[in-house]
Amino acid sequence: MSKYLPDLSELKKEFDEKPSVLKGDYSPREWWDLPVEYRDGNWCFSGKPEVLDDLGFANPRKWAATDQDWQLPAGWQKIISDGLQSRLKKYRSLKLFLDACVRCGACADKCHFFLGTGDPKNMPVVRAELLRSVYRNDFPLVEKILKGFSGSRKLTEEVIKEWHMYFHQCTECRRCSVFCPFGIDTAEITIMVRELLHLIGVNNNWILGPVSNCNRTGNHLGIEPHTLVQNINSLVEDIEDLTGVAVEPTFNRKGAEVLFITPSGDVFGDPGVYTMMGYLLLFHHIGLDYTISTYASEGGNFGLFTSNDMMKKLNAKMYHEAKRLGVKWILGGECGHMWRVVHQYMSTMNGPADFLEQPVSPITGTRFSNAAATKMVHIAEFTADLIHHKKLKLDPKRNDHLRTTFHDSCNVARGMGMFEEPRYVLRNVCNSFHEMPENTIREKTFCCGSGSGLNAEEYMDIRMRGGFPRAHAVRYVKERHKVDSLVTICAIDRASLPPLMKYWNPGVSVYGLHELVGNALVMQGEKKRTTDLRENTMAGFEDGGDDEE
Amino acid sequence: MKKVLMPLLIVLLLALLPYIGVQYAGLSYLFGVIIPYTAFAVLTFGFLLRLVDWIRRPVPFRIPTTCGQEKSLDWIKHNRFENPSHSWEVVVRMLLEVLFFRSLFRNTKAELHKDANLAYGSHKWLWLGGLVFHWSFLVIVLRHSRFFFVMIPGFAEFITHVDSFFEITLPAFYTTDALILAAITFLVVRRLTDAKMRLISLQTDYFPLFLIAAIVVVGVLLRYVVRLNIMPVKDQMLRLVNFSFDAPGEIGALFYVHLFLVSVLALYFPFSKLMHAGAIFLSPTRNLCNNSRQKRHVNPWNADIKFRTYSEYEDDYREKMKKANLPVEKE
Repeated sequence: MSKYLPDLSELKKEFDEKPSVLKGDYSPREWWDLPVEYRDGNWCFSGKPEVLDDLGFANPRKWAATDQDWQLPAGWQKIISDGLQSRLKKYRSLKLFLDACVRCGACADKCHFFLGTGDPKNMPVVRAELLRSVYRNDFPLVEKILKGFSGSRKLTEEVIKEWHMYFHQCTECRRCSVFCPFGIDTAEITIMVRELLHLIGVNNNWILGPVSNCNRTGNHLGIEPHTLVQNINSLVEDIEDLTGVAVEPTFNRKGAEVLFITPSGDVFGDPGVYTMMGYLLLFHHIGLDYTISTYASEGGNFGLFTSNDMMKKLNAKMYHEAKRLGVKWILGGECGHMWRVVHQYMSTMNGPADFLEQPVSPITGTRFSNAAATKMVHIAEFTADLIHHKKLKLDPKRNDHLRTTFHDSCNVARGMGMFEEPRYVLRNVCNSFHEMPENTIREKTFCCGSGSGLNAEEYMDIRMRGGFPRAHAVRYVKERHKVDSLVTICAIDRASLPPLMKYWNPGVSVYGLHELVGNALVMQGEKKRTTDLRENTMAGFEDGGDDEE
Repeated sequence: MKKVLMPLLIVLLLALLPYIGVQYAGLSYLFGVIIPYTAFAVLTFGFLLRLVDWIRRPVPFRIPTTCGQEKSLDWIKHNRFENPSHSWEVVVRMLLEVLFFRSLFRNTKAELHKDANLAYGSHKWLWLGGLVFHWSFLVIVLRHSRFFFVMIPGFAEFITHVDSFFEITLPAFYTTDALILAAITFLVVRRLTDAKMRLISLQTDYFPLFLIAAIVVVGVLLRYVVRLNIMPVKDQMLRLVNFSFDAPGEIGALFYVHLFLVSVLALYFPFSKLMHAGAIFLSPTRNLCNNSRQKRHVNPWNADIKFRTYSEYEDDYREKMKKANLPVEKE
């Protein structure tokens, strides 16, 4: 087991034995007296100096969260204080969310990190208080006179260390915001604090590395154009081996009707590549006139986890490329935070996209009026529409070897409200589907624990704790309905849920929705298919002499 | 315990102040005229200023928290009020929040049991307590409007009539007096007995609860125990609403305690978390349509950001792209 992760039995023992407010044990100390302790597994490596140089970010240096001295720049208090002031002027949300909280506690036990760590500072209300306490001391009037009355405190280096820890134990999943009577969104606060921390060079390399890659090569993984083509072509070969069908994606092709953009994890990472194969099969099946760009080759946007300016900078490539290629509209692959950005930010930041047309499905003629301004359609909407119009030849029995459940990704769930489309697709491509308990799905879904750029190996301890509520809900359907397949529409999920399942629920595999679509699609001219896209034998389709994998 | 006892002590001292002031120092003009006027000026202007201060800040992005199915394909049932796409749907969503505390109604309680077992139960107590508290408070305020008009307005008569439905005392007992005290008790007790609540509560959370409780208790004493002669009180209130600076008549000192504590509440309001009363209307995660893909939301300060263009990219990778048979703009 990784040195960044305790044994499952040890962790369970800690859950049973360690007192915590989650279990109703009173805390002997106020939250602001609790120490901040960095240890193996609870901090991400800091941004490399060359990465910071490349991005023009402040205070590049070699440092680690466990260092005593974080080498903050001279005058850092003023930088933070000015930074906060200017953001309060630019965002009503920030100002309002700092002012409105009544500490009613509705959010307290809604955070997956709180449920997995029992750490009081992971209650969303306290997470926001970490900033609020400093804000109150800096700004307002009467409460300054009544110091101690409203929990104000000074901005010290200890506070910065605390911010770094707890604003990286928030995945910006917005579950707390659903329950808040004022809709206070901790994600907004986390986004702002992370921006502030960047001003003084307090950062996370697992976020900044991909950001820098994406800026340079067009995708988080830093895949250069020729390699991207090679990778996808190798998937094309795999598809031909498995199905006998030669799909023919094109790259950077001008005049295509649709530009297809998906997270680069789908091109490079296991099990994302199988989802990619699903897309390729689908597009071939319906004869879509599409192209893939090597320049805008990233659907995801780690800028969202860095700063709103960086988010805009990385996102700008999508429209820029769509314009250059002269496509009519953009189709987006399965991804969570990508869709938060596309749905809630893109047209505001980088629009208006008046050089594109309102998306119309060339197969069904459906006008996607819900995407009239952004001109970008989610693949689950697109596929659901195809199935609804009976344009796909599907054999759901080909997924009979899988007993599935569906994980709503936080961003698509609470930043968009896409619940039915993926379920509709799933039900049509697969015969066995069981929902997890009601309090853990749809708008109440639990994060995978590794979202918002926390997917680092060295962060495994926190990730496995943060993912515990999700894993626990999967365990429920695993025990009750023998579920063995967790289906998602998020690339970060596809990367982060496999280790989570391995830790908490061995035997459960993670699938992208369109991988199952790819399995079920009956392609024209295909050979007899005996295995799914992962080369696992499909139940009821076995070849007589085939040996089982 | 300091954070509970301090606000309690402050409220007690505040209650004592006008009693001594009026009873022993003859400061009825201060407590009956000057302080109420000041307090309500501060409340009115303070509240408005805070609202204006929020409203003049831009909302750069459309960021509703979506709690139900979005509007998408025609045949998919849209959950209008959890995920509005039209302004009228937003209005309904907001009304549900403001009048019925929709989001609190969702509340669950998570429990961690043996062997890493999590359980979630429905937990509507906070919703119920909060609702009873706020509605009772509103009814009580409206009921008090009888003191501010020569002719008692119809709605006040009606509310009073309904509120005194259980005619079990003389003068008739108001249900809301009991309800609000019960609700405050619940709200305080949960802050004290729930480990999470005890940790997150600050003095500023207990103070308004104690203050409002004190106002209610004194009000109840005035009505049922002391049986205050209300004619001079009504005279004084009418003078106040007519912006008269005449000295108040002969009124018992306990009334000044009631009035002063209300004034303190008014003074405290705009500077404290009580401003949630205004904030709830402005929350960008609740009061916006989830239609940013359909209709472009404009950010007034949309930052001017330089991004890496395609031609810069091609300049860096042209040879590699050509080798991979990728089309290029420049040879």
